[in-house]
Amino acid sequence: MKTGPHMLLAGKLTMLSLAMFAFGYVVMPPLYNIICDITGLNGRTNSAAVAAPDGTVISDRTITVEFVSVINSSAAWSFKPVVQTMEVVPGKTYTTNYIAKNLSSGPAVGQAVPSVAPSSAAKYFNKIECFCFTKQEFAGRAEKEMPLIFFVEPDLPRSIDTITLSYTYFNTGEEPENLSDS
Amino acid sequence: MSTAAAGHHDHDDHDHGPAKGWTRWLYTTNHKDIGTLYLLFALVMFFIGGGMALIIRAELFQPGLQLVDPLFFNSMTTMHALVMIFGVVMPAFVGLANWMIPMMIGGPDMALPRLNNWSFWIMPFAFLLLLSTLFMEGGGPAGGWTLYAPLSLQGGNSFAFVIFSIHFMGISSVMGSINIVATIFNMRAPGMSLMQMPLFVWTWLITAYLLIAVIPVLAGAVTMLLTDRFFGTSFFNAAGGGDPVMYQHIFWFFGHPEVYILILPAFGIISSIIPTFARKPLFGYASMVYATASIAFLSFIVWAHHMFTVGMPLAGEMFFMFATMMISVPTGVKVFNWIATMWRGSMTFETPMLFAIGFLVMFTIGGLSGLMLAITPADIQYHDTYFVVAHFHYVLVPGAIYSIMAATYYWMPKWTGNMYDEKWGKIHFWVSTVFLNVLFFPMHFVGLAGMPRRIPDYNLQFADWNAVATIGAFGFGFSQLIFVWVIYKCIKGGEKATDEVWEGADGLEWTVPSPAPYHTFEKPPAQYS
Repeated sequence: MKTGPHMLLAGKLTMLSLAMFAFGYVVMPPLYNIICDITGLNGRTNSAAVAAPDGTVISDRTITVEFVSVINSSAAWSFKPVVQTMEVVPGKTYTTNYIAKNLSSGPAVGQAVPSVAPSSAAKYFNKIECFCFTKQEFAGRAEKEMPLIFFVEPDLPRSIDTITLSYTYFNTGEEPENLSDS
Repeated sequence: MSTAAAGHHDHDDHDHGPAKGWTRWLYTTNHKDIGTLYLLFALVMFFIGGGMALIIRAELFQPGLQLVDPLFFNSMTTMHALVMIFGVVMPAFVGLANWMIPMMIGGPDMALPRLNNWSFWIMPFAFLLLLSTLFMEGGGPAGGWTLYAPLSLQGGNSFAFVIFSIHFMGISSVMGSINIVATIFNMRAPGMSLMQMPLFVWTWLITAYLLIAVIPVLAGAVTMLLTDRFFGTSFFNAAGGGDPVMYQHIFWFFGHPEVYILILPAFGIISSIIPTFARKPLFGYASMVYATASIAFLSFIVWAHHMFTVGMPLAGEMFFMFATMMISVPTGVKVFNWIATMWRGSMTFETPMLFAIGFLVMFTIGGLSGLMLAITPADIQYHDTYFVVAHFHYVLVPGAIYSIMAATYYWMPKWTGNMYDEKWGKIHFWVSTVFLNVLFFPMHFVGLAGMPRRIPDYNLQFADWNAVATIGAFGFGFSQLIFVWVIYKCIKGGEKATDEVWEGADGLEWTVPSPAPYHTFEKPPAQYS
């Protein structure tokens, strides 16, 4: 029996299956992140600071921004926003704070992951400064007030009048590297 | 067959049969032997997976926790699905492909016989790994067969065995598919064009491509789970910048084509059986081929209809809703073609035909509930309820499983040389069909009323229909012993089958003697040259 054409075809099909594995394992996760960053799918907001707004203020409408905090079940923290809601004017810059406390006696490193609902509002919600851009290091039982500076873009669709910003606080499980205050 | 030839000095070299002893099955490269191994493996796994289903249904007979603890219940629902999908339906279809494709296209064997042996023998080890997790500390996987992160990552260390067993099953499926594609492209009888191939061959060709395209994606997804669980990566871990929703996207990018992997070969089987017993050629052969190809294409762009409740922009929901509904067009073409084939045919109702008509009626019921689930606003109500369970069991049990049973009754006389017991075959069909509907139909009602799936306990209001479903489950489960009895009797003896077996049968497989000799079409058939 001639095996030449069989091996050639089998080789091509093997390459196809390896390419699909690479597509699933190597290509899809970054592709997914890019798509989420561009479209704000899944409530994804900017993970690095953006520039302050250009000063265009649309004063004929106010948006309610609600602040929510969630603690990952494996973390011994208390984590709360200072204010629950704010009335904001699109285009203006606002500052608020979250307070996190390490409830364990040992040192810990925390990281907040933000999510915006409705997800169609995510790309209009911009953080100029956010504690979620970095990790925070805590000594045992230490407490920190952590700032958030944000603005809502003026071209936010008219159908949206409430934006919910939710932070989930995680214990990264790392050892603090430079705890200056301990 | 070098091992066989060594022990066969008294035989003519060109006429050797199977090797002697049990090592025949270990070393075999014969497509018929490997087909038989696959089919027997699927039959054994059918009873293991069925036993798990009966544990689930026994626990659900009454509200409250009676028999098993919730973790074990959840590992039963997870394992039942993994065993039935990867251990029963897929191996059974591969077994049928091994037996029938070379005979249908007039080729002497599969294109890559040694690879074929390998593809099969990986499977028992894969399932040994998977089933052994039930006896390990922490128990088997209990987060559902979809293995959604982060839930699936919170189980015991036995999770690594689950991942490796899925890798093995995947390697086996991909190798089997490569072999099938190579066989179909390179081993056809001279002169047989692609559009002259029987539909079972066509549907398998398309299925094999689907398998090659998506099984590696599943392998990628579970590899990410493995590294997230054991090697500190954060693909799906939000704390490390990952996203659990991404798992669902990757999984269902595999998962939805997988659904069609489980049903396209069934379409091929039904397209072989209905013309035989209607004694008319298949209506709309070319449209059947194009419909199969369109279903395969559409299956790649509908995955997120499994995720309507996860949250998606309106445009995304609309796209996936309409793309999903579009699948009912080629599927409808198929159903109407089968009905048109039967129209004014001189029909007889032997067991394979009964199963084929049962397929047609009940698969369509499952298709209809699928259309209901495709409607985004309705799906938000139906998601993760027993309505979904009813839907996919209607397309998989009287769909995929009935087609495999129909194929077994249809081709078994060719395999064994004996007719099966027609009376017991018909009893098997009717008992199964009655109990199957007693089992699955009430799930529509409790699902619409809001009973969630994968829950060992439930609200009192669902008690009556659950009790009915459990009675149906035990009836259906035990009636499958009739199937085993009929197969056993047919292998052991019975009325001798003719070469044609069926009066209206058409195709190269009916031109070889019954039982099919160990080697067929060593010289290509003359019809097409």
